[in-house]
Order: sequence, then structure tokens, then C-alpha cells
Amino acid sequence: MSVMSLSRWILPFLSVLLLAGPAAAAEVNLYSARQENLIKPLLDRFTEQTGIEVNLVTGKADALLQRLRSEGRNSPADLLLTTDAGRLHRAREAGVLAPVESGTLSERIPARYRDPEGYWFGLSVRARPIVYVTDRVKPAELSTYEALADPKWKGRVCIRSSSNIYNQSLVASMIAHHGVEATEAWARDFVANFARPPIGGDRDQVLAAAAGQCDIAVVNTYYLGVMLNEDDPEQREAAGRVAVFWPNQEGSGDGRGTHVNVSGIGLTAAAGNRDNAVRLMEFLTSDESQAWYAQVNHEYPVRDSVPVSDTLAAWGEFKADDLDLHLLGKYNAEAVRLMDRAGWK
Amino acid sequence: MNSTTTQTVPATSSRQHWLSSGWRAGVLLVALIVALPVLTVFSFVFEPAGEVWRHLAATVLQDYVVNSLLLMLGVGAGTLLLGVSTAWVTTTCEFPGRRVFEWALLLPMAIPAYIIAYTYTGLLDFAGPVQTGLRELTGWGYGDYWFPQIRSLGGAVVMLSLVLYPYVYLLTRAAFLEQSVCVLEVSRTLGASPWRTFSRVALPLARPAVITGLSLALMETLADYGTVQYFGVDTFTTGIFRTWFGLGDPGAAAQLSALLMSFVFVLILLERWSRRQARYHHTTSRYRSLPRHRLRGWQLPVGVLVCLVPLLFGFLVPAGQLLAWALRTAPEMLGVEFLQLTWHSLILAGSAALIALLLGLFMAYGKRLHGNWLVQGAVRIAGMGYAVPGTVIAVGVMIPFAAFDNTLDGWMRAQFGVSTGLLLSGTLAALLFAYTVRFLAVSLQTVEAGLGKIRLSMDDAARSMGYRPGEVLRRVHMPIMRGSLLTAVLLVFVDVLKELPATLILRPFNFNTLAVRAYELASDERLADAASASLAIVLAGIIPVILLSRSIAHSRPGHA
Repeated sequence: MSVMSLSRWILPFLSVLLLAGPAAAAEVNLYSARQENLIKPLLDRFTEQTGIEVNLVTGKADALLQRLRSEGRNSPADLLLTTDAGRLHRAREAGVLAPVESGTLSERIPARYRDPEGYWFGLSVRARPIVYVTDRVKPAELSTYEALADPKWKGRVCIRSSSNIYNQSLVASMIAHHGVEATEAWARDFVANFARPPIGGDRDQVLAAAAGQCDIAVVNTYYLGVMLNEDDPEQREAAGRVAVFWPNQEGSGDGRGTHVNVSGIGLTAAAGNRDNAVRLMEFLTSDESQAWYAQVNHEYPVRDSVPVSDTLAAWGEFKADDLDLHLLGKYNAEAVRLMDRAGWK
Repeated sequence: MNSTTTQTVPATSSRQHWLSSGWRAGVLLVALIVALPVLTVFSFVFEPAGEVWRHLAATVLQDYVVNSLLLMLGVGAGTLLLGVSTAWVTTTCEFPGRRVFEWALLLPMAIPAYIIAYTYTGLLDFAGPVQTGLRELTGWGYGDYWFPQIRSLGGAVVMLSLVLYPYVYLLTRAAFLEQSVCVLEVSRTLGASPWRTFSRVALPLARPAVITGLSLALMETLADYGTVQYFGVDTFTTGIFRTWFGLGDPGAAAQLSALLMSFVFVLILLERWSRRQARYHHTTSRYRSLPRHRLRGWQLPVGVLVCLVPLLFGFLVPAGQLLAWALRTAPEMLGVEFLQLTWHSLILAGSAALIALLLGLFMAYGKRLHGNWLVQGAVRIAGMGYAVPGTVIAVGVMIPFAAFDNTLDGWMRAQFGVSTGLLLSGTLAALLFAYTVRFLAVSLQTVEAGLGKIRLSMDDAARSMGYRPGEVLRRVHMPIMRGSLLTAVLLVFVDVLKELPATLILRPFNFNTLAVRAYELASDERLADAASASLAIVLAGIIPVILLSRSIAHSRPGHA
């Protein structure tokens, strides 16, 4: 195979690819930190209903944010979708988001799940409770996140790395409630209870607990929800061995409620398809879309009126921490440092 | 002009002066452009980050340094052991299956490191089938038995060694094949044992090739993010991301990157040191095919095992596990869209491989023709991107490209009232550029190695016949080193096929690749669903790998 014949083959295709960009008249461009299979079906539905094409790039939130920042006012992106409020706050601070005034959005989304000035809106709620292995732990032994630092849990706790945003947000919420010093003291004792150095994702913590490596884990509910509805019998069985405990409810500790975060969306300051973008935002909060989050990925809808999946219903109602979500972003860097100091890998 | 140019090709006319300085300027320009992303990241180094730096030094920095060093040492030892032993056995010994091993030993190269990592995790982890089976068999519970933790530093060393040893194998074998049989025979007739011939003659002669393979493997190791992140091993790469995004401090992250680069400089120095007796060529062009030593008795199982172990654990087991998963999940995962993913991966890999080849050829030849210290330095710098994590390169591409686009746009608006928008950002061109920055070293090193084997007297002869430098390259050098050129193309092709982080960040709208799909599913711990895309990457990588192996077998002097 000679170089010449190769280039003769590839160059024409390449030029076609380079020229073919988003070209449709009615379109909206989305940077999404939700991975494709957890957003595309909704976008397809939106296109079906409105005729507006959605162009999508998925990636890690920080990278997408960096891309928005460097592209500046010429950025093609109209919307930024993330899986946590901290990053939305960071995007707002970086000046890449623009406020939206929409009666529909502010009516549908409770005030605690959106930015007061309309820079971002929560689309689904993600709770991070404790799960426990039912045949080794009684729910009465559990109460609050704070109580997980108790020496009785020594060698019995599984949780993922402190590089993970959900843990950073959890610790940020504790900083917001208790201050740095108290949270750091808690983190040191909590880390001392780890059954193993943090590895793997949230599913992995459930698998390890089910297999006997630890007795409790702190995970986002939708991972467990997906596992319980998985085709793979091993995953189903593992998930079946644990149960959800809602920490910090009324009567235990300060009763502030279980830590929650949102996956949310914001309009970019550079948005060229503003109206289409707002339509997509509104579509994502419609009954239909909200039900989809709950049914397919077992996330909690931001709208109370929307029914949840059977799996979620079985875990019961819980009180969510009503902390201002932007504080999760504000204390994020502090949380990372604190976990570094506490030896949380 | 400047007398250093006269070392190799005497500059006799002013036209040649012009040509040589033109070529040199071209090499410098390309090197500068290719170095741009790395320089961009380095420009953050001057941002004050004292406070974050103190925090890092007090807490995690030591882990980063120690883990990165141990990882390099481990992978260095692992790739050397696997790569050199297999190269020697397949080149000089005869045993059943040798012909298959010759090419099959390259197969692990087709498996991305992060994919082999999650495959073995699925197999060997506490909740995986192996340990669960063991517990069911014995009735043990957690803590009753010892089992190596796969997700650990040691596990990362094994995973990376298994997929990176083919670099050492590839280059070392090529070097063994090129060694004149006469040299080896002289050694044997002087009474040296086969082992002594290996350790005293063949290995020292092959040392430049071994070191080149090793430095490629180690640079990949330093740049690896997927495996160490998945295994929870804190190294420089994971530290850079944590500092940049978690702590929100690009300055300190850039300083960490700079520290990482200092490791690379050591590698480059090592590689240069190994070539210090730079240009030597075999003095005779008389070759005979090597009589292979037939393995008998105890030697036979040892020889077969030496080849079987890396192939089994580096390819057969992980590919088998992927296949098992894929068979279960394929019906949902395959479809028209999957074909499109495959097509995107192939077109990107093909284009990037060609670009890297052409630039590598241009720079390596420029260095041969007009290699003063400036050109040499430029060529080295152009190859540094190989050791820089893809995400860092991607950010380094994004920032200057967007700055260029926005500046041009601002100027056009001011002058003509026209907005040009983003011309380069978010296009495939930006992505291909990032691949070039990341993988130019691969093609550069391969082409340089090929050129190095061609005696300078050939250049002189061709020039004396009136060929211009470009013609010498096209009509004399390129045909001779066809094997090296093919190797360069195929290596970059396979590397781009596996590349993830830069693709993830820089790709245009509605453009996914196999690696992106595999990653999205695997990062959500849906290993079985990720298997179809992973297996497709492996399959697409196998064909070039087999071609590669054939080209080496044929590269042996005397084989037309």
C-alpha cells in the first residue's frame, strides 16, 4: 500500500467531513456532561415534536466548561448541561452563562433547585444516601452522615474517591453546615473507617458491599436503581442485598435532610439560538421528560407532580437537605483540600 | 551561510544554501506549531500558585512522585522482560507455533490500556467471577483468604506492561532481524554459547532499538490517565486533573505538568545516550537467513511459555472476556449508528496517521540534511507531546485555536463588519492537530530509525548523480525504508484508534468514535455494554498490527 494511494482515498472523505457541520436552520447546540445514552432519547423526542435539530457534544463538565471559556462570545454552544450544581455555579462565575426569564421554568422548578437569577435550572434531583447490607446491619444502627465517623464502623465503609464530584459536593455541603474545622475532624475519622482504599464508581461500592467487603456504602440512588433493573442477574442480586437508609432525617442529628444535588442546564452567554434553547429547557422540564428521568435512570424529577419509578417509590419519601445548591460550587475547592488533608484518596 | 550544514551534504551553490535554509526554516516552523499546545500549558507556569503548591507539597505531591516513578520502573522492567525475551525467542529459535507467535505477539497493542484495565477488573475483582467462584468453592468469606488486588499500583504496572511490551518487541525484533548473521556466527564460532551470544553481541547491538521501544512505552505510561484513574492510583496525570478542575487552579496544574515533562526529558536524554555511538551501519551487505536454533527437551516448553504468557494475558483473556460480554449485549448496541462510530474512528485514525507520517518524514529528513543543534532540538521538542496526557494537549490546542479564531473574528468585524466566527475551534482540524501533537513522536522515531540505517554514502552517491534532496528522499530513501514508513503509519493509526481524552474534549457536534462510546459506558460501570465498542476498537486495530508484523518479517535484508 503506497502513501499516495492512501491519501487519494482518505483526503476526499476528509474534506467532506470538514465541510459538513451543523447546517439546519432550526437548531440548538448543546454541550452535555450527561452521557449520550442518558440524554439523546429526550433530544430525539424534542426534535420530533418541534422540528428543531439538536446538535450534541458530550464530555466531562470541566472540559466542556473550559471549551466554553476559550471559545468566548463565538462559542457555538447554546446550552450547557451538567450533572451537578457545583459546575453550573462555576460556569456562572466564569461568566459563560446568561440569565433566562421563563414563567414556565420558574413555575415548574421549585426555587431551591434553580439559580435565583435564572442562570441555571435543575432538571433532575440526585440523592446520596447510605446503603447498608440488610443481613449485617440494622437500620437502627444508622442515623446521620456525621455518625459514620463513629469507630463502630471501622473497616466497614465503602465509598469512592475524593476526586469524584459527588463526594466533593457532599463534603462541600458539610462545610456549609459545620465549617471547615469540624468537617475535617469528621473526615479524618470517617476515612479511618474505610474498608479499602477508595476505588471504582458507585456501582462498585454496592458490589463490594454485597460481596462482603464492607457493610455500608454512600452512593447516589440512581446507580442502585439501575442495578436493580439490570438484565445482568449478578448486578440485580448484589443490589438486592442492600437497602437504602436516608440519613439526617427529622429526629436524627440536625435533621437537615439527606444530601442532594441536581443535574441542570444553563443558557450560554454566547447563545445564538436563544429561543430554541429556552424551548429545549422547557421541554426538559415537561411532564413527559421528567417522567423519563424517573423511569429510565431512576433519578428524582424536580417536579413533585411527576410520578417516580416503582424502584424509587419503594425507597419511600425522604427529606432533602435544602441547602443553597450554589454553596456546593463555592466550597468545592475547599472540600478537595480538606479531603487531601484527611487522607481521603 | 552557516558551516554546520556542510557536515553531511556539501553546500556548493547559493541555491543550495537557500534550499537548505528553507528546509531548516520549515522544520523549525513545524516544530514550533507542534510545540504550541505544550507551550500554551507551560505559559500558566508563571501564574502564582504558591499557596496551592504548599498544600500539594504538604499532602499529596509525594504520592504523585513516588507512584509515577514506581509505575515507570515497573512498566519499564515489565516491557523489557516481555519484549526482549519474546523478540529473541521468535527470531532465533524454531518451535511449533513460532510463525503464529511472530505476529500474534503484537496483538495486545490493539487493546487500549483503560479497556484491558476494566476487563481484568471485571474478571478479578472481589465481586468478579474468579473470586466469587473461589469463595463458592471453598466457603471462604471476605478476609479469609489473600487475593492480589487488581486495582492497585501493581495491577496498573501489569496492565500497562501487557499492552505496551509490543513496542519493545516490535523494535527489538526488527533490530535482531537486521543483524548480520555473520556477526552472530562469528560469536558462535569463537565458542560463545547461545546465551552469551545473546547477552554479549546481539543485545548490545540491538540496544538503540530496545531503548527506543522502551522510551515509547514509558512515555505512554506517563501520559496514561484512564488506567491509573480507574485503579485509584494517584500519579502526576490524576494529580493534574484534580488540581486543575477540583482545586480550580490551572497554574498549579501546569506546574505539575512541567514537573511531569522533566521526567520526559530524562527519558529523552536516556534515549540519546543510548545512541551516543550514533551512526553505525553494518559493514557488510552480505546476509544469510539465520539458521534457527531448534528447541528440544526442556527448552521447548520454556520457549513456548515465554511467548504464550504475554499473548494469553495481554490479548486472549481480555479479548475473550470482551467477546463474552459483547455477545450478551450486542443486539442492543449494534446498529447503523455503530457503523458510523466505526467509520469515524477509522477516518480519524487514517488521516492522523498520514499527517504524522508526512510531518515525521519531513522533519527527520530535514534533520539528516541540515541537522545543526537548532534543528535537532526542534525535532526533539516536536516529539514531546507523546508523554503529555491527552487532556492537557487538548486544552493546549483549544486555547490558542480559540484565541486565533476570536482575534481574527474581532478584526474582521472591526474592518469589514463581517463575523468569521470560529474557524478552527470545534472542527476535525483541531482534533487532527491534537493527534499530530500527541503522536508525532511515534512516526518521527520510526522514520528516524529507518533513515539512520541508510548509509550516508547513499545520499552522496545519489546527489553526485544530480538528484536534488527531495528527489533523493523520494527515489532512493523512501523505497528503501518502505518498511519503516509503513510501521510509522500503522503505529499512529492504532494509537489514534485508541485515543480517548483529546477526542472527548475536542470533537465537533454529533461526532462520536468507538473510544468515546466505550468510555461513556465503561465510566458508568456498564462494562458489558461497553464491550461491543471496545471489541470493535480491538478488531480495527488487529489488521494494521498484522500488516505491521508482515512488513517486519519482510524487512530482513535478503528478503525481497
